Amino acid sequence: MRAAVLVLVLLTAPFGAPAFAAGATGFGLAGQQPDAQPPKPVDEFVPVSQLPPQDQLPAAPLLVSAYAFVWLALFGYVVSLGRRLSKVQGEVERLESDIAKGTRA
Amino acid sequence: MPKWFMPLAAINALMFAASPFLIANADYEATMGLVQKIFYYHLPSAWIFLISAIVCGIASARYLFRGSPRHDRLAYAAAELTVLFGAIVLVTGPLWARKAWGVWWQWDVRLTASLMGWMVAWAYLLVRRYGGPGSDKLAAGLALFGMANVPFVYVSVNYWRTIHPPTTVVPTLPVDMGAALWFAVACFLLLFFLLLRLRVHLEEQRARLDSLYLSLDE
Repeated sequence: MRAAVLVLVLLTAPFGAPAFAAGATGFGLAGQQPDAQPPKPVDEFVPVSQLPPQDQLPAAPLLVSAYAFVWLALFGYVVSLGRRLSKVQGEVERLESDIAKGTRA
Repeated sequence: MPKWFMPLAAINALMFAASPFLIANADYEATMGLVQKIFYYHLPSAWIFLISAIVCGIASARYLFRGSPRHDRLAYAAAELTVLFGAIVLVTGPLWARKAWGVWWQWDVRLTASLMGWMVAWAYLLVRRYGGPGSDKLAAGLALFGMANVPFVYVSVNYWRTIHPPTTVVPTLPVDMGAALWFAVACFLLLFFLLLRLRVHLEEQRARLDSLYLSLDE
């Protein structure tokens, strides 16, 4: 009887293997965090006064990076604009004085 | 530069210095928590990105049909600001998404359309810089496509239900979150206006320089 069951199992193994493998994979994934799966979209923002403790640390570097990037990008652009403007204005003044000297001469 | 420029710039700097306090005091969002606070700079930057693309498009259309150099200078300035604010949107968005959605990027309609708009603005600047004679008209044509993309970006989240929050989020904001957001919007709008004026002034100075060189040659 045992031998008959074993033969039956072995004979049906190729058909049962994908299902078993799928089951095993599913079992394996059940213990993991599905971090690549995006959550469902939200229709409105619901405020809470206290932040759950587990939510505080992982978000902080992202938040700091975002604000740092905004500040640095804006500051960098203002500095770049200021430099370009002072360069062009300097050249305008130099040319105007050259033209004035030429006119006097 | 006009007399009002420096006082307004000082006010804008103070507003930007005050904005983190309002943002910090606003409630946390229930599902996204701390990372949702990126929203207070992300959304105003996104609006300015779209506004500057519209300004660039309208000025380019006027330049194409009327040929006024004043409009060309305005379009050039607005294109540069579209790239700047677009970069802010496209960097802060993924930083927020990484925590909120679990991924840095999704080929979602809004994200993809925003990236396209940003690349059109880059194309405008590259054509202006390396296109040679006549590139101003070619770039103006590009700016029209950049402007046409704007309504598509805005309504995309309402027509195609995607993972990105829809435009209905903003009217439903509670008072303290709304106050922080609208204050940040005011900061960014004023900054955009000031930067646009300064950038146009740079183009005016360059035009003046060109005319000086011409007079020197004559």
